[in-house]
Amino acid sequence: MAEILVLAEHQDGEVKKVTGELITLARRFGEPAVVWAGPGAEQGQQRCAEFGAARIYAAEDAVFDDYVVAPTAELLAELVRAKAPALVLIAGTGEGKEIAARLAVKTDSGLLTDAVDVTPDQDGNPVAEQSIFGGSTVVHSRVKRGTPIVAMRPHSVTPEPAPGAAELSPVSLAETADGAKVTGRVVAERGERPDLTEATIVVSGGRGTGGAEGFGIIERLADALGAAVGASRAVTDAGWYPHQFQVGQTGKTVSPQLYMAIGISGAIQHRAGMQTSKTIVAINKDPEAPIFELADFGVVGDLFKVVPQLLDEIGKRKQL
Amino acid sequence: MNIVVCVKQVPDTAAERKLKPSDSTLDRASVDGLINELDEYAIEEGLRIAEAQRETGTEAEVTILSMGPEKAAESIRKALSMGADQAVHLLDDGLAGSDALSTSYALAQVLKETGFDLVICGSESTDARMGVLAAMLAERLGVPQVSLASKVDIDGTAIRIRRVSDDGYHEVEASLPAVISVVEKINEPRYPSFKGIMAAKKKPFRTLSLADAGIDPASVGLAGAGTEVVDFAERPPRQAGVIVKDDGDGGVKVAEFLVAQKFI
Ligand SMILES: Cc1cc2nc3c(=O)[nH]c(=O)nc-3n(C[C@H](O)[C@H](O)[C@H](O)COP(=O)(O)OP(=O)(O)OC[C@H]3O[C@@H](n4cnc5c(N)ncnc54)[C@H](O)[C@@H]3O)c2cc1C
Ligand SMILES: Nc1ncnc2c1ncn2[C@@H]1O[C@H](COP(=O)(O)O)[C@@H](O)[C@H]1O
Repeated sequence: MAEILVLAEHQDGEVKKVTGELITLARRFGEPAVVWAGPGAEQGQQRCAEFGAARIYAAEDAVFDDYVVAPTAELLAELVRAKAPALVLIAGTGEGKEIAARLAVKTDSGLLTDAVDVTPDQDGNPVAEQSIFGGSTVVHSRVKRGTPIVAMRPHSVTPEPAPGAAELSPVSLAETADGAKVTGRVVAERGERPDLTEATIVVSGGRGTGGAEGFGIIERLADALGAAVGASRAVTDAGWYPHQFQVGQTGKTVSPQLYMAIGISGAIQHRAGMQTSKTIVAINKDPEAPIFELADFGVVGDLFKVVPQLLDEIGKRKQL
Repeated sequence: MNIVVCVKQVPDTAAERKLKPSDSTLDRASVDGLINELDEYAIEEGLRIAEAQRETGTEAEVTILSMGPEKAAESIRKALSMGADQAVHLLDDGLAGSDALSTSYALAQVLKETGFDLVICGSESTDARMGVLAAMLAERLGVPQVSLASKVDIDGTAIRIRRVSDDGYHEVEASLPAVISVVEKINEPRYPSFKGIMAAKKKPFRTLSLADAGIDPASVGLAGAGTEVVDFAERPPRQAGVIVKDDGDGGVKVAEFLVAQKFI
């Protein structure tokens, strides 16, 4: 059975959820083999095994963390040459896409990004489903040259457990690859709230909140619902809320069970990041706001009246 | 300093974009073309770096490089009117249908010819939304990739950036020549002035064919692409929802909806 290479996303030995998603997808095509770039493979072994990884190619060198993208792409290229996998799956984060890009050049292979699913065609070759033009068109594409490389949009599929040995197989880089050096890392505070891209409920606020102080009402509603907080670009540009919470084309793509857009007009760039949400609720004082075209439920009204009342209602129901 | 900014003309994001049934490529003819919004930030950053260089007495020049159909010349002119010094337009029917792999090959061929100290890309194009070109160019040109920058500092041949990450940012450093890509938080692009628009008409503007640029025709276009579309369909629009006007009970109504949907 052909091997399928899955590049693990991990931090401090902890395997990110998307890796389970990729291993789950890999099982449709062959034997999942995880590629672990950087220290901590042993700590991640158990998680990879739970989703059915047959082995882990572990290159536990600090170079992968210390240099931007290039060493990881080189490691994958060397493994592609040595193992001739039927497919390489990479998380479609900003960095993941760049790794995939360089791997595609190195191996002269076709690359598909932003896939929300990958399924085998009659011959067992991968066909990726992509959602383009801000979600208005669904495309199925395939790779016609080299080793198929697919960058998957995180949280598109549900990770399903399956038994696997996740046998550790140490590997090392044959060629040196460096380039741009990482000299520092700054992690923004998230607090106690769930991760924006993984949350079941996202409550987002826009320019209608009027300022950093007004935006506080979005946080209060999010906390009442156990939700993550999101923001439109108008809000992050104005500095009312940090950039990493921006939802949209140049922010995060989210697809929660419930998305609440409050004081957000629903510009196409914002919609690109949220329109695959299961249920959408909008609160906006302008009945013409395009966000209402997407909303399953909408209230035309002043958010500073509607949201406090909603908070009261949630409070009452919690007491019951 | 030789600064090359890669600019793509894309269909207006606000217009309805469609794939052509004939060959599953983007119908570029039927919608207005604009500079990819993110490339405006790339142009602005290029202009600012050049200005800063000149202030310290170093000569600097900003070249716009764009691959695209005839129409793309409009966007290139706009970039020149913002203040870039000259432009190269890679234009050839053989390029139609190129994917990221073949686009990066074609642009890299041109860059090898123009030479560069710094190549600046947008973080992604609003039509393809791949966000891969800067990485591909760095790989092909064998120079450091200093991408997803929200802040750039250049000191001699040292380049330092803030690279946005999923949960904050990384400080990254490399030395020139390099390829960078910029995110929209980096600056506020200027508008072309009337003087700039007039001046743009006289700036050097080279149009290159595949043959001129030494590009292998078999490696570009639909035939040279590494990927292909199997099929596509427009997604049915979302079902219209219930929109109510707040008559003093809007919050209660939202709560009732959330309870009915089991979110509360
Ligand atoms: C290259 C590029 C990338 C972009 N990427 C993104 C992106 O990733 N994410 C993103 O969000 N945007 C993005 N944008 C920006 C986008 O085009 C919009 O400008 C932005 O989404 C607007 O944010 P907003 O809806 O908060 O503000 P506005 O469009 O100003 O809307 C504010 C809304 O609040 C309503 N309102 C005001 N007061 C109240 C009140 N008291 N009660 C109720 N409602 C009220 C108004 O009726 C209005 O509809 C991008 C743009 C470009 C060019
Ligand atoms: N045809 C093109 N001509 C010039 N630059 C391009 C072209 N396509 C993409 N780019 C550059 O690459 C960046 C990222 O594009 P992409 O990887 O397609 O999302 C853009 O912001 C441009 O700077």
